[in-house]
Amino acid sequence: MLDLINVAYDTQIPNNVGLSSDKRVLKALEKWHPGYISWWNDLGPDGFQESLVYLRTAVSVDPKGWAKFDYVKMPEYRWGILLAPQVEGRTIPCGEHAGQPAWQEVPGEYRNMLKRLIVIQGDTEPASVEQQRHLGKTAPSLYDMRNLFQVNVEEGRHLWAMVYLLQKYFGADGREEADDLLRRTSGSEEAPRMLGAFNEATPDWLSFFMFTYFTDRDGKMQLESLAQSGFDPLSRTCRFMLTEEAHHMFVGETGVGRVIQRTCEAMKEAGIEDPYDIEKVRALGVIDLPTIQKKLNLHYSLSLDLFGSEVSTNAANAFNAGIKGRYQEAKIDDDHKLHNDTYPVIQLKDGKIVWEEVAALSAINMRLRDDYVRDASGGVKRWNATIEKTGIQFEMKMPHQGFYRHIGVFADVNVDPDGTIISKEEWDAKKDDWLPTTADGDFIQSLMKPVWEPGKFAGWIAPPRVGIDNKPGDFEYVKLHMA
Amino acid sequence: MNAPLKQHLIDPEICIRCYTCEEACPIDAITHNEDNVVVDAAKCDFCMACISPCPTGSIDAWRVVMQPYSLEEQMSWMELPEQEEIAKPDGTGPAEGGDVEALEDSVERLLAEAHAGAGGKARAPATASKPSINLYNLKKPAVGIVQGNYRLTSESADSDVRHIIIDLGNQHFPVLEGQSVGIQPPGTDANGNPYLPRLYSISSPRDGERPNTNNISLTVKREEQGVCSNYVCDLQKGDEVRLTGPFGATFLMPNDPQAQIVMICTGTGSAPFRAFTMRRQRLTADGGERMRLFFGARTSDALPYFGPLKKVPDTILEKHLVFSRAEAVEKEYVQDRMLKQRADLAGLLSAPHTHIYVCGLKAMEHGVEAAFEQIAKDIGTDWVSLRDQMRESGRYHVETY
Repeated sequence: MLDLINVAYDTQIPNNVGLSSDKRVLKALEKWHPGYISWWNDLGPDGFQESLVYLRTAVSVDPKGWAKFDYVKMPEYRWGILLAPQVEGRTIPCGEHAGQPAWQEVPGEYRNMLKRLIVIQGDTEPASVEQQRHLGKTAPSLYDMRNLFQVNVEEGRHLWAMVYLLQKYFGADGREEADDLLRRTSGSEEAPRMLGAFNEATPDWLSFFMFTYFTDRDGKMQLESLAQSGFDPLSRTCRFMLTEEAHHMFVGETGVGRVIQRTCEAMKEAGIEDPYDIEKVRALGVIDLPTIQKKLNLHYSLSLDLFGSEVSTNAANAFNAGIKGRYQEAKIDDDHKLHNDTYPVIQLKDGKIVWEEVAALSAINMRLRDDYVRDASGGVKRWNATIEKTGIQFEMKMPHQGFYRHIGVFADVNVDPDGTIISKEEWDAKKDDWLPTTADGDFIQSLMKPVWEPGKFAGWIAPPRVGIDNKPGDFEYVKLHMA
Repeated sequence: MNAPLKQHLIDPEICIRCYTCEEACPIDAITHNEDNVVVDAAKCDFCMACISPCPTGSIDAWRVVMQPYSLEEQMSWMELPEQEEIAKPDGTGPAEGGDVEALEDSVERLLAEAHAGAGGKARAPATASKPSINLYNLKKPAVGIVQGNYRLTSESADSDVRHIIIDLGNQHFPVLEGQSVGIQPPGTDANGNPYLPRLYSISSPRDGERPNTNNISLTVKREEQGVCSNYVCDLQKGDEVRLTGPFGATFLMPNDPQAQIVMICTGTGSAPFRAFTMRRQRLTADGGERMRLFFGARTSDALPYFGPLKKVPDTILEKHLVFSRAEAVEKEYVQDRMLKQRADLAGLLSAPHTHIYVCGLKAMEHGVEAAFEQIAKDIGTDWVSLRDQMRESGRYHVETY
């Protein structure tokens, strides 16, 4: 009998989809595998492929025993194909087919739309691994290094998840798309990754934490809406990916939080009250709060761009087709068709920012972005609680949605963090107060010195409150093997 | 009813509100508002399906309470409240919730007596995993099926000690090395009352007799007049057994692989140490420090697990098996061997990662204490104050009956 909970190891590729009896797909994946490994070796974490990393590997989709922790060399990580268990009698949750049985095969009329969504999602997964490949060398601790690598191998597994869908359900052109996912490279001139934010460099650890907090959270929201897909294999894949994605959110939220905490502690120890006394704070070897705010502004704005235009026909079509739902679709109390509903969307009218009710169907992106903003504000609240506890007078804020945007209604205007439209001159004069400058980047870079002794942390970041897998503080999360 | 209750909570300072636990909960006991993710005490049945998928560890928070925290209270928290001091109903003083060993008074008392030999309130090692306590009680016991019952001592030995494996099927019965289970023999006593349950240390590690099996093993000696021990020792393969527990929140193993573990036992007191040793063996990836075992019996054929113990590599376990009635060898008790090893033990007593465990008959306590007194003198320390200090930091443990 096919065991759909535990992972089978009877093929090279661990899976719970019965690969050993699906010769065609198995062959296609085995053909793709060497290309993946050579991509990992060429563009994965630079300099640590021989090190033993204390990683969790998904071994089951049953929550009680889904992961196991052990030392692994990253190229030997068991990337596998894991789908959440099929829900008996699941129906299409939204759009014109709502209530009909979920598709187990690709519905012909939506084939291209579906393939494009899977390719875009798939393209972001290896992209972030490429963006982060140099960070290991400046890791502020073995704990953080391990978390980085955990994020990296799981992004690798998410690529596998999307490639499986392409190979299994999209025939020859699916295979081609799967190959192209390894051909495009983050930041490349000739074959860049598909989305802007995934071609930006991740030059330092604060950028990494901000990226995992804000940009990976977009990934989470996209996965959440794909988990609502009427195409059941996509839904099941994404549901399982979300379990892993949670770790990435964790790395981001606690990472930024620990940087903030260390800064506040260092200020207290030195008796510095004024958070804007940047030079004095920086002299302590910590990142001043205003600079952290600037990094927040940057990463938040870039991530908002990933949601696309506020009003979008593509998004409406995908929803109407039942290919992509809303965040927590099943928990929303409406008809899930949205033919007669409206939704408030932010717009520019005569040079003013206004809210307008538009057809809810066309505002799917806006709604997901609103859900994202709410979700992202939770962590900012926690960071402020950390600051408040130390008694420093400072508050982190998410800038206005129109600030520093390149896609959607605000692409052509300048908006300050408070949401006031300003002139180009005003923007040029003030932008260095709002966005990180080269000098800010250089300062952060100057702190990026590796600390690799078990239990030790760089001076600009506080240790975590609890270890991974309940390990003690001085646990050796990575056994380094330097060539 | 004013019995204390163990409540499952989520630490809001560590939680990142990813709602993975909410998805994992099969009975919708977890919910959230904008600030916090919270557990409904009225619904949660401790199935633990939410524990492993949590990326932060915040899900593994517990408080012993008289009145469970409401959802509204939990939603308003910025941090987890401290464990409140809870006075025990029998007036024996406040019990510190974090170390509550059992929710049933009779069992809590049994364990308190068993741990009394440590000279004060027992504390768990700092790096021990958090135990689950009293998930099953007499009203709602777990039902296990006997998988096997093997005699550990030779037929000629004057004691009948048995290794009993109990399969737990699909029931969630999470145990840690060092914990105990309660067994209630069927039937009634001379006065027509049901028999009181007996406690037995679990001798298998947390992931089962073999890795990832949902079973436990017990090490039980047949006592001539013992209703329960005879019942357990006579169990046949396929028999049903009613279990309560798990019990015990302090006599636990440190997770720190660098912890130096010294285990001193006689007879069936070896049960938890079999579990400790198997746990360390299964974690060989961690390397870990070598453990030491001082194990006394009358003769080698009366020493439970004599054969398997011999096979444990010395790199993992340094074994001191001593016999008080062996032919052609001088009578030796565990304390005698401890004194022969006094240089080694003296070094361990002064090391910060050393954890000492004593388990067996009450009668062994005196000799062990006396040996430690002498060894402590070697390093210029007073044993009682060193012991108290070790116990306070969760590094000295006694469980004797």
